[in-house]
Amino acid sequence: MKTLRLTLAHNAGPLAALAIFILMFAIYIAFHPAGLSSAVVTTATNKAVLLALVAMAQTLPVLTGGIDMSVGVIFVLTNCLASRLVVGTMPEALLGILAVLVAGSLAGLVNGLIVVAGRLQPMITTLASGAVFAGIALWIRPSPGGDVQSDIADFATGTLFDTIPVGLLLLAAVVLAVWVPFRRSEYGRAALAIGSNENAAYVSGVPTRQAKMLVYVLSGLLAAIGGILLTCNTYSGEASATVAGAYTLNSIAAVVIGGTSLAGGWGTAIGSVFGAFILRTIEDLLFVFDLPPLWQPLFQGAVLLLAISVGAIRVFRVKNRLEIFQ
Amino acid sequence: MPDPSILLEMRHVTKRYGGTLALSDVSFAARAGEIHAVMGENGAGKSTLIRVSSGVTDPSDGELLYRGEPVRFTSPLQAVRQGIVCVFQELSLVPDLTVAENLSIVDGPRRFGLANRRAEIERARALLDSVGCGDIHPLELVRDLTLSRRQMVEIAKALGRKPRLLILDEATSALTSEDVERVFAIVRRLRDEGVGILYVSHRMQEIEALADTVSVFRNGRHIETFKAGSKPVGDIVQLMIGREVESYYPPKSTAPRGETALKVDALSWGRQLKGVDLELHKGEILGIGGLDGQGQRELLLALFGALKDVGGTVTAGGQRLRLSGPTEAMAAPLPIALIPEDRKFEGLMLPMSVKDNMSLAALKRFSGPFGIDAGAEAAEQQRCLKELQIKAPDLDAAVSTLSGGNQQKVVLAKWLMTAPGILLFSDPTRGIDVGTKQEIYRLLRRLADEGAAILFYSTDYAELIGCCDRVLVMYGGRVTRELAGDELTDRNLLEAALDVSPMRRSA
Amino acid sequence: MMATPSASSWTLAMNRFGIDRPVQIAIGCIIALLAAGAVYSPAFLSQDYLLQQLQIATFLGVIASGAMMVVLLGHIDLSIPWVVTLGAMMATGLSGWIGPLGVVLAIPFGILCGALVGVFNGIGVAYLRLPAMIFTLGTNAVVQGLLVLLTGGSAPQDKATDAMRLIAVGRSFAGIPNAVLVWLVVGGGMIFLLRRTRFGRAVYAIGNMEAAAYLSGIRTGRIIVACFAFSGAMAALSGILLAGYSTKAYQAMGDSFLMPAMAAVVLGGTSILGGRGNYLGTVCGVILITLLQSILSIMQMPDAGRQVIYGAVIIAMLLVYGRERSTRV
Repeated sequence: MKTLRLTLAHNAGPLAALAIFILMFAIYIAFHPAGLSSAVVTTATNKAVLLALVAMAQTLPVLTGGIDMSVGVIFVLTNCLASRLVVGTMPEALLGILAVLVAGSLAGLVNGLIVVAGRLQPMITTLASGAVFAGIALWIRPSPGGDVQSDIADFATGTLFDTIPVGLLLLAAVVLAVWVPFRRSEYGRAALAIGSNENAAYVSGVPTRQAKMLVYVLSGLLAAIGGILLTCNTYSGEASATVAGAYTLNSIAAVVIGGTSLAGGWGTAIGSVFGAFILRTIEDLLFVFDLPPLWQPLFQGAVLLLAISVGAIRVFRVKNRLEIFQ
Repeated sequence: MPDPSILLEMRHVTKRYGGTLALSDVSFAARAGEIHAVMGENGAGKSTLIRVSSGVTDPSDGELLYRGEPVRFTSPLQAVRQGIVCVFQELSLVPDLTVAENLSIVDGPRRFGLANRRAEIERARALLDSVGCGDIHPLELVRDLTLSRRQMVEIAKALGRKPRLLILDEATSALTSEDVERVFAIVRRLRDEGVGILYVSHRMQEIEALADTVSVFRNGRHIETFKAGSKPVGDIVQLMIGREVESYYPPKSTAPRGETALKVDALSWGRQLKGVDLELHKGEILGIGGLDGQGQRELLLALFGALKDVGGTVTAGGQRLRLSGPTEAMAAPLPIALIPEDRKFEGLMLPMSVKDNMSLAALKRFSGPFGIDAGAEAAEQQRCLKELQIKAPDLDAAVSTLSGGNQQKVVLAKWLMTAPGILLFSDPTRGIDVGTKQEIYRLLRRLADEGAAILFYSTDYAELIGCCDRVLVMYGGRVTRELAGDELTDRNLLEAALDVSPMRRSA
Repeated sequence: MMATPSASSWTLAMNRFGIDRPVQIAIGCIIALLAAGAVYSPAFLSQDYLLQQLQIATFLGVIASGAMMVVLLGHIDLSIPWVVTLGAMMATGLSGWIGPLGVVLAIPFGILCGALVGVFNGIGVAYLRLPAMIFTLGTNAVVQGLLVLLTGGSAPQDKATDAMRLIAVGRSFAGIPNAVLVWLVVGGGMIFLLRRTRFGRAVYAIGNMEAAAYLSGIRTGRIIVACFAFSGAMAALSGILLAGYSTKAYQAMGDSFLMPAMAAVVLGGTSILGGRGNYLGTVCGVILITLLQSILSIMQMPDAGRQVIYGAVIIAMLLVYGRERSTRV
């Protein structure tokens, strides 16, 4: 009994995010003119999965107390790369996917090396490396365009048995193949330990350096999966600084809404997935409620601000003024 | 010819941190099947000894031998895998992970290369049972445990690592007496099984009860190693301090009590303070005693305005305080100063220069329309440097480069610059060398003689007896007893602290 | 602010004037950049070119001043991009709303709007204790939403006033661009604030250890709010200068300034964790970044290569002196 209670308590953040998402999605479906149809869900999913992947990518460095400001850029960079490499015959395209995934991981490795071996602050490191990646993206694709293997794209953005969106299945597969093993590996635990108390982790013999390196590599890999899916959605590549910026910022918001502490040590990538779903559903809700498009950016910003302000409740419980400085 | 019973040996080990020598040419050996107590004052080099032994840091010089072979650990994990396991004073538990995860944080049970949670929980149950803490649920987060429970988990974690050499660094400091007995039993059992044990503690009784061999350290040097029981306690203390301990405390004042400086009525806050009354007079050093954690720290913080929603009234220099924050307390008719317990986090900005730290609280005095008057500021800094005999070669250097004692003097200087009428001291001599302690005692007395009113909380009874005119003993958030004059003895203080013979309650 | 105990008297003297190691390195890099430029074309050393670069650097310099104040506290202001736009739009729009008086009040009104956003940020960070990174991000989104709503619903006046033109592109004094004078005033004020006032000491103290600062009688909340307000005001002022420079205010005009501003602050030796840094360093960082951008564009380096070099240079410089201590000591 106590085991169950504690397990629930440890997952309160993601569970709350899931509950909010279900509520919002239910409202969305209830008011949507077409109701719950496979087409509606698939459209909603394909948008949400992209942010969900980038948010998962962001979660990993955040768990260690770091941050990846280049995650959106890697997403865009791999999009550009995929629009060149994931083309031609099926075997060629599959090889292209592999190459793009490797490229994304390499970008993450560069971040990891600078943070671990160079001992620079993650935020500044990834801001600067983001500029480099953006330059490379621009070099690969100076103007929007390119193509993607259409069988792969149609499969990835379509539905299975005309009901389940493939994007959702892909997301689930990524969670099971990347996040779950990571979280249960020595390094996943090390990542949380670093974010919680790096010194305690170090004296306990936790492989802190390797774990830090790994979170950035996996972050790059996850962003690359997102980049490939983006290509499947748009059938093209574009080195857009706006897209990169928006995804980076939204990924941070999704991570926070999903119950992960920005200070590190606490959180799950699954929570971030729900956080991303919530952010995307807000947009959809604005659509079904016919909010004038001009009001949408303001409304989105206000909801974001409100969502993160929930964390302020803590302050009003604190009775010792010194404790709020921790 | 190497002695086979020697587990870990140090030969001429030296460790420098910046300019300071933490260990200086130390040669030392820990043997299997022996409980070896390591003693010394704070700053004697005990923690560095542990850090070097357990692979947390490298020696700057000298040689480390483990089971007869020269070793060089590049990480704590290497030391752990070879059987050198440490119970750290500043716990090595990760607060946001569960107890089970912490106990198996490295080399735990695996399945397909991944953590096997079920097995981890089983392992945690077994380990917790072995230290008599079966009541801790393995899925509890470490941050939700009390300090004493965490300490037991830390010990369980060490046991789970199959130690050959177990290092306990102040491992019992937060434990209840029951848990201390349990730990003793475990330690003795391990010794009988042939494990070597390094036992670092300040508690003389524990050393007497447990140790086979004792080594004394002082100022980073290994002074002497001898069989336990071969020297009387007084001699050991003598070795630790390094000189005669005479006229340690300044003479007490004989002048009559001055007027009331601070009056506290029915002060209450949450569960920590349940109606504290006290009256502090000018020229008086009023001690606050009792067991640790009876609300003493909260009392001082409340008086300084750092706590919210405090009940009761506080009058300083005839004016009632709203207790809204330090700014108000510092602006009272008799300005209040708080010398906090935690120098590193509450007293100083460690990376900032000595100068900037010193004048931070008193900048108002030097500020004019054209900003801070650098000349006046520097003059006042020089005055304080001299008055407190602060040894700081470069005032522009970060305050973290100073020794603990000099750092504490910088905190004192910071508050003396504000010309306070009431000083609140929260355990000001913790972690400070004997010489500086004495200087602080003299300073306290001099300030009192000059008319300041001093409230002095200390965890060291000898200090309270030696320095204070009166001592209020706190128990469970209340002042339960007042001791003064001849009543002020070790025995009375201890009895009052334990609340065993409530002879007289204070008004 | 800081020095090693074994510093020589020369280093001590240099430090007294704020010329610490990061500043020395940055100055060295500036000289190297100019020399490299001069090899390419002697025009790089002409007075015209240098003054023009200083004028362009002002936009970044003013923003970086505000950003630095917040970074010294150990926080960060990510609302800068849209506050820049806000300042510009409010200043240009005022005359459309309140008539001729709006022309006179344009500049102070724009700055005030920026400062108000900053106060809002400060309250969220100082009193609600929300992470600055995410709270200012939310503010940025809200300001963006407000401006989209404003410019979409009506078409506010977006022409820069004469006064805005004057301070941005005028040269009323010995051929020195007025914008540079604005930066000089801001910079002089910053140096005075940081080095000679209680406020400045409080900023460093909070950045190092907020609890200790609070217990020393510093009203930490007010200081934090003031710093964010300053950051907002400076972002808005820069937006006003930008509008004057390009004759009008437009959407997203501040988007390209956040990253260079953070880079300038950090390249100048300010710790991103707070509590350490001096203003001269930020000035050098700003000039360095402006020169780098200018030289890359004059060399007709394509945008892609420009970004790569730009990011790589920043990382390389930080690797030289921005490293943290190792965990193993």
